[in-house]
Amino acid sequence: MTEKLIFELSSPGRKGYSLPQLDCPPKGVEKILPKEFLRENRAELPEVSENDCVRHFTRLSVLNHHIDKGFYPLGSCTMKYNPKLNEQLARLPGFAELHPLQSEEQVQGALELMYHLGEYLSEIAGMDKVTLQPAAGAHGELTALLMIRTYHKKNGNPRSKVVIPDSAHGTNPASVSLAGYRTVQIRSNEQGLIDLWELEKNMDEEVAAFMLTNPNTLGLFETNILKVAEIVHSVGAKFYMDGANLNALLGYASPGEMGFDIVHFNFHKTFSTPHGGGGPGGGALGVKEEMVPFLPVPTVEKREDRGEFHLDYERPDSIGKVHSFYGHFGVMVRAFAYIRSLGGEGLREVAKNAIINANYLKEPLKEFYDLPYDATCMHEFVLSGNRQKSLGVRTLDIAKRLLDYGFHAPTIYFPLIVPEALMIEPTESESKEILDAFIEAMKKIAEETKTNPEIVKSAPQQTPVGRLDEAKAAKELNVRWSKQRF
Amino acid sequence: MGSNYLPNTESDQREMLEKIGVESFRELLERSMPASLIKEDSLDLPPPLSEMEVSSLLTGLSRKNLNLGEVTSFLGGGVYDHFIPAVIDQLLLRSEFYTAYTPYQAEVSQGTLQSIYEFQSLVCELTGMEVANASMYDGATAAAEAALLACSETGKKQVLVGGNVHPDYLQVMRTYFSGLEVELSEITFKEGLLDFADFEGKISDKIAAVIIQSPNFFGLLEDISLFEPEVHGSGALLVQIFDPISLGILKTPGEYNVDIAVAEGQPLGLPLSYGGPYLGLMATKSSLVRKLPGRLAGATVDDRERRGFVLTLQTREQHIRREKATSNICTNQALCALAAAIYLSLMGKEGIREVAELCLEKSRYAQEEICKLDGFRLKFSSPYFKEFVIETRLKAEVIVESLGRQGILPGVDLGRYFSGMENCLMIAVTEKRTKEEIDRLVEALSRV
Repeated sequence: MTEKLIFELSSPGRKGYSLPQLDCPPKGVEKILPKEFLRENRAELPEVSENDCVRHFTRLSVLNHHIDKGFYPLGSCTMKYNPKLNEQLARLPGFAELHPLQSEEQVQGALELMYHLGEYLSEIAGMDKVTLQPAAGAHGELTALLMIRTYHKKNGNPRSKVVIPDSAHGTNPASVSLAGYRTVQIRSNEQGLIDLWELEKNMDEEVAAFMLTNPNTLGLFETNILKVAEIVHSVGAKFYMDGANLNALLGYASPGEMGFDIVHFNFHKTFSTPHGGGGPGGGALGVKEEMVPFLPVPTVEKREDRGEFHLDYERPDSIGKVHSFYGHFGVMVRAFAYIRSLGGEGLREVAKNAIINANYLKEPLKEFYDLPYDATCMHEFVLSGNRQKSLGVRTLDIAKRLLDYGFHAPTIYFPLIVPEALMIEPTESESKEILDAFIEAMKKIAEETKTNPEIVKSAPQQTPVGRLDEAKAAKELNVRWSKQRF
Repeated sequence: MGSNYLPNTESDQREMLEKIGVESFRELLERSMPASLIKEDSLDLPPPLSEMEVSSLLTGLSRKNLNLGEVTSFLGGGVYDHFIPAVIDQLLLRSEFYTAYTPYQAEVSQGTLQSIYEFQSLVCELTGMEVANASMYDGATAAAEAALLACSETGKKQVLVGGNVHPDYLQVMRTYFSGLEVELSEITFKEGLLDFADFEGKISDKIAAVIIQSPNFFGLLEDISLFEPEVHGSGALLVQIFDPISLGILKTPGEYNVDIAVAEGQPLGLPLSYGGPYLGLMATKSSLVRKLPGRLAGATVDDRERRGFVLTLQTREQHIRREKATSNICTNQALCALAAAIYLSLMGKEGIREVAELCLEKSRYAQEEICKLDGFRLKFSSPYFKEFVIETRLKAEVIVESLGRQGILPGVDLGRYFSGMENCLMIAVTEKRTKEEIDRLVEALSRV
């Protein structure tokens, strides 16, 4: 089942738009602009009718797996249900049809929403103030590291290194480089947690920050977190929490109390905003008092006396701006609606259900797959396909076979410290019945690797296309249609 | 407490906990977390609300805003009130698109992957460039990443940026450069246009990139061909920040021999939404493809030789290359890029030209009518596309406030960005503004 390219559906003279006639006296383009400013040839955009276009994208859409269709246990990615109400609310004209340069009096509702969302996030993470400007989690990481650099610079030395554990997300070291720092990676201990000795050994006064995901990417809570914070702070470094797994802590633990100085929030993972097939995200940052002066401009403030909201640009120590305007407002509306729907008690239930669901999956599955770090997990856990690999079936094959059973695959080959990793995160929005069905499929695949490995290795068979040749894609690079090629 | 977002009931939970082998959730939690860190009290947040209550709360907040449907807007400054065909949102609301993740499992993500491939192709056709990525966060971050790409390609750390580039882009670039110690110097401008003599004084073989916005922040067209030979002669890369709608008629970055073209993609079918989410466009020469930041979809075949699409050249990216990645970008703006792809598909070859022509004609009409008024003059005399600057005897702030009370947002007060331009009003006219609305603006201005 494949679909033609939109360009291949094009037929000269067809149109998919309807525009009004020019209603003021026409002058003609050539009369208004000198010829040297005009393009020589028309853009080779497709010519399709409205119906052609709608059908094309509709047919494309059904080739996707998506959370509204079925289970999506991508570890670390947190594919939870996206409430429909929030889609409706973000589209209200009073939110969607606001120009970012309208005067503050005209956008009091938007500023009020942003102000309160900041307050809620501060409470959730135990932080003192929040910026909503970063466009995604990785953007939040960069923003935080630039704030940390400015902070250290102000104290005389910007420092040169940032320490991360070997289980860290790839965005951590990439953000470190972009912020002009060098990454120092430390080994996790046998329990999959921070090795205090390793950490201590690598901390010195050139370390600007330690970045940690908690629960970590194995789904384990860093039990020595207070000690870790103490070590980090002892050399004057800042303690940064990658908030990718904050959804596991909602209401049960506070990053602020654990000693973190800065936390990023992923609106998608924690507050149910849709992932959109790869964005838009939202990567707000919460910070402790000491880091507040360095937040990006503008911040959203409230004049308590008049109950009015405004944007504050007068922040001399700010790192500046990281986005054209104030961040992904449309995404903030959805996150705000989610928090108000659940309230404090509901958010706690989210974490509770996520943790129960993950452990419920883990227990029976460890019988059929290796579980290298066998401990009670938080919201996710990581299996290894090592046992299956010895039978000639790789984790990639297991992932593809799951697609045939109608499930999305877990995150695979991450974290890097687990060979043949299968990282599974069910989220709180799945029922016991769905989890049972997934356990059944995983069991069957483990069986098949023994009895009929070929069916696993040649999977998937039931999907719109079969296994795709990634090597060919990279070698014979074809990243666009062009008239000449087709 | 039950919630419609959480399926498992208390009795489901009990049964599950039992299978896990614990008595209670508390016991489970204490097995993974130190008890001392477990919070006893619930968060200090407002109580949960029903769907009706949340709906009415947010509707109330939205009504405290003045939306563009209630006024006539001539506001621009980088993002614009262009027409959005109904088709776009109907398709974006397909949960097959918006509730999918990044297409890591290509076999069940062909919808997303093919639409990204089409988006990349459409951006290339529009810009006359050879390759395009799957999108950046917005125009400003795309510009900053373009500069960093140029630094990496040339091994140099100085960039020369037009002083008439969007001031917020300049700010974002400065922030992005602060860690890597990339040095930014500005080319001054005269009569709204880049000062060629100043450029000639500043270009050297130490420069990694020259970044020119055209139409520039003031809406004026820069003659990029004037700069191109010296930029390339000095070994720098030429970066253009463009307006995607303008390319319906204007000479393309490709025709100017630009190396990296970036833009704010909001005009391509995205609502203004108080500043985002939008998308950054980035297109380059094919020689730079292995240095591109972000996702890239490529065509290939499946095990039955059928065409399919995958994310490709992933060794550029953070999840593979970690600290050596070309950028830290992970999640980008896929759904916004889908909107842009649908917009460009609907508009097609003729539509994009028509939209651009309507903007050009209408803005020219508005400008000429305004300049007939006593006390209003065109600040800069060179050609512009859809946005122009009017200088008056009054402070722009006063005009904005006065017309605001009459339901007209007359434009951007440039005093907000440049000292000495307090009497300058920047007016944008898109295809959505009717002659009647323009005449009303002129009439209102005449009475300020």
